[in-house]
Amino acid sequence: MANKELVAKLKKQAQTVRLTLLDMIYKAQSGHPGGSLSATEFMTALYFNELNIDPKNPKWEDRDRFVLSKGHVCPVLYTCLALRGYFDTEILGTLRKEGSILQGHPDMKRCPGIDISTGSLGQGISVAVGMAIAGKRDAKDYRVFTLVGDGETNEGQVWEAAQTASKYQLDNLVVIVDNNNLQNDDTCDVVMPTLDLAKKFEAFGFETFAIDGHDMEAVVDALANAKTKNGKPKCIVGKTVKGKGVSFMENVVMWHGMAPNDEQYTQAIKDVKEGLL
Amino acid sequence: METKYIATRDGYGDEILILGRENKNIYVVDCDIGKSCKTVPFSKELPNQHVNVGIAEQNACGVAAGLATTGKIPFVTSYAVFGSMRMSEQIRQEVCYPNLNVKIACSHGGFTPANDGASHQGIEDMGILRTIPNMTVCMPADYNATRKLVRAAAEYYGPVYLRFTRDPIPVIYDENATFELGKANKLMSGTDITIIGNGDVLNLAYTAAKQLEQEGISVALYDMHTIKPLDVDVVKEAIETTGKIITVEDHNILNGLGSAVCEIVAEAGKGIVKRIGIQDQFGESAPYESLLQKNGITVENIISESKKLLN
Repeated sequence: MANKELVAKLKKQAQTVRLTLLDMIYKAQSGHPGGSLSATEFMTALYFNELNIDPKNPKWEDRDRFVLSKGHVCPVLYTCLALRGYFDTEILGTLRKEGSILQGHPDMKRCPGIDISTGSLGQGISVAVGMAIAGKRDAKDYRVFTLVGDGETNEGQVWEAAQTASKYQLDNLVVIVDNNNLQNDDTCDVVMPTLDLAKKFEAFGFETFAIDGHDMEAVVDALANAKTKNGKPKCIVGKTVKGKGVSFMENVVMWHGMAPNDEQYTQAIKDVKEGLL
Repeated sequence: METKYIATRDGYGDEILILGRENKNIYVVDCDIGKSCKTVPFSKELPNQHVNVGIAEQNACGVAAGLATTGKIPFVTSYAVFGSMRMSEQIRQEVCYPNLNVKIACSHGGFTPANDGASHQGIEDMGILRTIPNMTVCMPADYNATRKLVRAAAEYYGPVYLRFTRDPIPVIYDENATFELGKANKLMSGTDITIIGNGDVLNLAYTAAKQLEQEGISVALYDMHTIKPLDVDVVKEAIETTGKIITVEDHNILNGLGSAVCEIVAEAGKGIVKRIGIQDQFGESAPYESLLQKNGITVENIISESKKLLN
């Protein structure tokens, strides 16, 4: 069990992450707030607790790797990287601007701390599998984490990657599914029912953890526990709410990829500040 | 001396094994066709450098990209059809865009899997991959060229697409011939007409060029094994010296070697090109020679088209 002090600290940090990512999307007037907000607890727990990384040495070869397979929620990733010191927080204001290191989807060539460029769904998880195979072959202790959307699992490649993870016994791989039940056009149930994702990954040979993806204590524990060297890749399915923390964004499909206007932004900041007080 | 016939996929299998022994970072990522792509000896001798993802090319490409981020040099091994088209967007997103050191090595190029029929004859592959930034696209013309160019690809940092033949083709190069990615090999010097070919049909161009020489026509012949980056200097020289160019390829005439040459000639504003290649139509199960003939990829047609240009 995670200690209470750590959980309280991370909750506070998650609030800062939400405020910061909303600010960057508002300033850019472009970006994906819904999925960034649903993944905030996972991303905060990874970047401010679980990941063994060194912001001063982003290419450190023994570092844990992180692959944002659902690349469109990069505002939450950029926020975590900046707050961890990979680059100046002022750069967050350049999201999606010409010449920025903060492209509309993550670009490893431009932005320090990005382990692979992503943005085309279904592909990042395969790259994470490749990194994990290399870790095993090189007898390295690093772990590889990848965040996948529930809608993203529509892509057949996700399951191609999953079976490969199982074949090569990648217990150094952690697949996190942000199970917010919304995708671009509508709910997952309407567009393409995901069925029981934990059961599906279990059938693919994974050790699975089904948790509330906004319960920071559960998130911290799952990330810490998903490291048993039992030859099984790990999958954490986090039940989440798209747009979490912002009253008018929660569970609203439209907020997948839209920036708030002045009034909405003010309300969003108010909601997040009040939500955790 | 009698001509030897060897499939270039054998050249790949032989050289990748040697490369793997020399460098533990050389990996092969197979898609359940290692037997026909000649990577089985590699997988048996170097299992720690081998991954077989099964019949899942898209995933193979992503896995290779992940391996490459850690300093490995993976060769994703497949057939031209699948290695260029099934994983096309994965190549673009996870290999070329981040400019990772991944090689795509494919057998069954052009009409060489003749009796397999159209589904297995990759006739569009080089053209498709030529349009992706950072990609190098290469088809060696025989076994010896393949050995050298596979090695060159391993030594070069960046994405490379290599295309091989399923069926045996004549060995035209000496074991000591040298090759450089992006640099055409000059096989004959001449002043009347320039023939630029590559891959499995370069030998047809070679035979045609020698016959033309016997008829008193002075032919320059090049092996443009790398169509991207194209050896632009060779094309410019051809424009200046002969001004008449024939291209010969076992690939759709759209966007392959012939198109690449035409781009340079058109921008130069002088010179003329005749493209010999697959006439924008699918193949079928048939003898290899018959498929080539249906598309005018023959010694006779190369000679005939050369004479037309000269008149």
